[in-house]
Amino acid sequence: MFPFAYEWINDPSHFVFMGSLYTVLTILIIILHYCGIRAVFDWLCKKDTGDHH
Amino acid sequence: MDSALIPEGVQRCSFRRFIIWIAILHVPVLIGVVGAILCWGLALNQTNMNNNFPFGLWIAADLGVIALGGGAFFTGFLRYIIKIDDLKNIVNYAVVIGVICYASALGILAIDIGQPLRGWFIFWHANVHSMLTEVAFCISCYFMVLCIEYLPLVLENRQIYKYAFPHSFAHHLHEAMPTIAAVGVFLSCFHQGSLGGVPGVLYGRPFAYREGFLVWPWTFFLFILSAMACGPTFTILITKITELFSGKKLVKNATIDILAKIAGGLTALYMVLKIMDTLGWFNLVKKAGAPVSSFYANQPYGYWVLATELGLGVLAAIILIIRPLRQNQPLLILACVSNCTAIVMNRWIMTVQSLAVPVMSFDKFVSYHPNWVEWATTLLPVWAGAIVIMISYRYLPIFPQERELNPYPL
Repeated sequence: MFPFAYEWINDPSHFVFMGSLYTVLTILIIILHYCGIRAVFDWLCKKDTGDHH
Repeated sequence: MDSALIPEGVQRCSFRRFIIWIAILHVPVLIGVVGAILCWGLALNQTNMNNNFPFGLWIAADLGVIALGGGAFFTGFLRYIIKIDDLKNIVNYAVVIGVICYASALGILAIDIGQPLRGWFIFWHANVHSMLTEVAFCISCYFMVLCIEYLPLVLENRQIYKYAFPHSFAHHLHEAMPTIAAVGVFLSCFHQGSLGGVPGVLYGRPFAYREGFLVWPWTFFLFILSAMACGPTFTILITKITELFSGKKLVKNATIDILAKIAGGLTALYMVLKIMDTLGWFNLVKKAGAPVSSFYANQPYGYWVLATELGLGVLAAIILIIRPLRQNQPLLILACVSNCTAIVMNRWIMTVQSLAVPVMSFDKFVSYHPNWVEWATTLLPVWAGAIVIMISYRYLPIFPQERELNPYPL
């Protein structure tokens, strides 16, 4: 449910509940993109990241 | 045949033997798939659930696997946030077990909602006052977290790791793991707690209802604590089963001992609080005019159920906190089995037994026995999970100590 959906109500419950969901999803998307972009740069720069087994 | 995919320096069974076992496990998986297709195609009247038992074996199993899968978040918390370095030797396997448990929970829910095509309604038409909505949000997000934690393991497969991009991507994911683990801990605490909150707020059902703190009944906190206590013991148990089937030592006893010791302390604390909660509830219902015996008057839900649940928990706590006892391997396994059984029993009691106890004076006790469709679909994740473990163990470097513990002459 997004804030522009007709069921949305501007009350604390909706902000806390849906806000937490979107915060978590945003953190996960940022982490994946950050790691992906750094991996692309490493690949372009031929940088060795070492073995982290 | 597949030796190029197997991690270097470790020995695995022949490909032929591996495929035969995978094929054997597909038989019960297919029976479960038939059960799922029956439920989706012909509706939930294919099960023995009814208006008295809208929560049956599926929900009890769901709560059970989520508690057992708690080892992933708690081991991740201890490894990446508390920084207990020795746990790096078991955290990978805890993640694999967590992925299986949460995939199982979501799979069972997909069957249980009856109309999976409307599964997205819970996100779009969310009831923000419902603990079950919170659970749905948290377990979906936490499953994503577990998949992200599992991804570096897949990328570390010998053939994939040769390439620069997956190699670097896995490295950066490892670096981000403390943040990912922290998100996992946040989500886990809320959904484990809310699963306990669901029965705890049912003020129309005095068997399950509990008082609490602010909007959270005591069961909210007991469920979090019990998942933290039993998750690591389930990880230890599955590790021991894997060692039995592979015929190898995979994790050093020192690592297992750290996890068992922490689980023991938490189990002991949980049992003290659980017994206090039970005694407090006895007092509460007595004051309200309902004799405690009335809640245990109908078999098979007699006093023995409560005594067994508490007895198994106390047994597990005693073995796990006394060092010479937990270092004895058969006793350690007994403690892990007791702890996991006690928690699964607790989840069954809080869902199915809560619904079975008559509430009104004119209510009659109605029993519930799951039919083959429910059993087949509930056991499906066990067989599918075994397949995932077999594939992961064969092709991914899950156990960092395996080479050291099992020197393989090249």
